[in-house]
Order: sequence, then structure tokens, then C-alpha cells
Amino acid sequence: MSSPSSDSQAHGPTTKLFAWVWIWLVLITGVEVFLAYKHLPPVTMLLLLIGLSVVKAGLIMSYFMHLRFEKTSLVWTLIPAALFCIGMMTLIFPDGIRLRDSHEAPQGVVQPK
Amino acid sequence: MTDSHADVLRESSWTGGAHPYSIGSKKLGMWLFIVSDTLTFAALLLTYSYCRLTNPNWPKPFPIVPAIVFSTIMTVVLLGSSLTMVMGVAAAHRGNRAATVRWMLATMLGGAIFCGLHATEWMHLIGEGLRPFANPWGGSPLFGATFFGITGLHMTHVAIGVIYLGIVATGFGRGKFSAEDVEVSGLYWHFVDLVWMFVFPMIYLMSVKY
Repeated sequence: MSSPSSDSQAHGPTTKLFAWVWIWLVLITGVEVFLAYKHLPPVTMLLLLIGLSVVKAGLIMSYFMHLRFEKTSLVWTLIPAALFCIGMMTLIFPDGIRLRDSHEAPQGVVQPK
Repeated sequence: MTDSHADVLRESSWTGGAHPYSIGSKKLGMWLFIVSDTLTFAALLLTYSYCRLTNPNWPKPFPIVPAIVFSTIMTVVLLGSSLTMVMGVAAAHRGNRAATVRWMLATMLGGAIFCGLHATEWMHLIGEGLRPFANPWGGSPLFGATFFGITGLHMTHVAIGVIYLGIVATGFGRGKFSAEDVEVSGLYWHFVDLVWMFVFPMIYLMSVKY
């Protein structure tokens, strides 16, 4: 007897692949911690860390959560939530940066409208 | 269900087939829960990011040693527990019940260690005077609320995950649960790991004390 789930698992990843994914995740974590030493500006740091975190999330979802070996229709079902998060970031981050810059600017140079 | 039956269901996607995603209802239900929980954490982390960016005097209470080293160890422990979980799922699909239970116990141990380390860190910060609406370092008082809110919700997920895995491991070991149940619990656990991949850099690495 075979369920759809176990059927889709038949051609799944190997132990060696899991180990490699785990090594990459630890290495990227190491890069993130190294960036913390560099004392970068908050905006640069935030964008770099989010970029690396998205890569790690992609690795976890693709291999550990088996999404790469599922039907494409399941992946498409998850896309709206990802688009929503990206849309929120594109709205919120620029406004956050604008407010921060207006706080840091010398008096009389930049007047928030 | 026979293999040929499963093939027919896969071919009949979107035409009234019983499995348009070629996965079971439990697994689909867990994916839908993960989508909803993703939006919850996304809202919290985006709010945190906005507060962090707009406050030039945001507190930076985490020195590289010991706080960042400590939280990096927590990250590696949680990543390790994800590795043991995928090994457990693979063993479950091979039908090896004893190995599955062992891998799941290892995963639970990782989760428990993570919670223990996190609780230790909380107690240290509370000892320094950090509260949800005040912090002892000056600057924005929002730090405590965002820190306790986000890490607390995540730690709750980890604690519930440890209990969930314990129930599934016990049931699978006794033959009451299927390999799909193990896989579904694995999805939850990897999601908890995934959320920490955003919490760790945004909360800790964005507030390093130099």
C-alpha cells in the first residue's frame, strides 16, 4: 500500500545531500556572524542578513522540507505568502530608512514633509 | 492505495482528482498552517525591523563574547536538530521504526537544549534589568517588547514542537502513526528552525555591542 506522500518520497534526497545542505547552512551562519564583526551600517547589515537568511530558508524548504521533490502546484500555493512578505518589506524598509535619515540629518538640512 | 492508483490521481490533477498536490491531507494541512504562521512571524519581524531602522538609539546589548557566541551555539543546535529530523523522516519511509524513534529523540534533545540555553539567556537579560517596556541600557524602550515577544513566541513553538515530536515518536514506535505523520511533524520542526534563521540575525546580529 502506498500513499501519495510516501510515493513522492521514493525519489527523494540522500543522506549525503542532507549532510551537505546542513554544512552549507552552518557555513552561511558563520558568514552572518563574521558580518557582525565588521560593524557595517544598519541598512547594509539588514539587507545582507535578510539576503543570507532567504538563502538559508530556501535550502531548508527545498531539501529538509522536501519542497524541491514535490509537485510544482504545491510550490505555487506558497508563492502568495512570499510575495506578500516581499511587498511589505518594499513598503516598510524605505520608509524606515527615510525616517532614520531625517533623525540623523543636521537641523535645517532635511525637513520631513 | 496501489502505485497505479496514485499515478492516476497524480495525472488527474485539477480535474476533480482527490490529490491535486499529490500529497496527503495531513501534509497539505501542515503546509497551510506553515503559511499562516509565516505571516504571523513576518508581521512581527517586519515590525521589529521598522523599529530597529527608525531608532538611531536602539540598544545594543549583545557583545560578541559571550552573547553572540551563545546564540550561535543555539543556532547550530537547532540546525543539528533539523538534520536529525530529516534522518528520522527518511528512516520512517524506509519502515525502520526503531531508528525513526531514535532520530526523533535526538531531535527532541536538540529542541530541549535550545530551550534551556534560551531560558538561560532570558534569565541573564532579566537579571540585567531588561523588561518588556523598559531596558537598563537607555535608548528605545521598544527593545524589550520586541525581544521578548519574538523570541518568546519562537521558544513557545520549539517547546510545543518537542511535545509534538514526543507524541508522534511514541505513536510511530507503537505502530499507531504512519510515516506520513512523522514527515508532517518534521515539516513543523523545520519551519521552527527556518523562523530562527531570521530571528537570530535580525535580533542578535543587528544589536551587537562593539
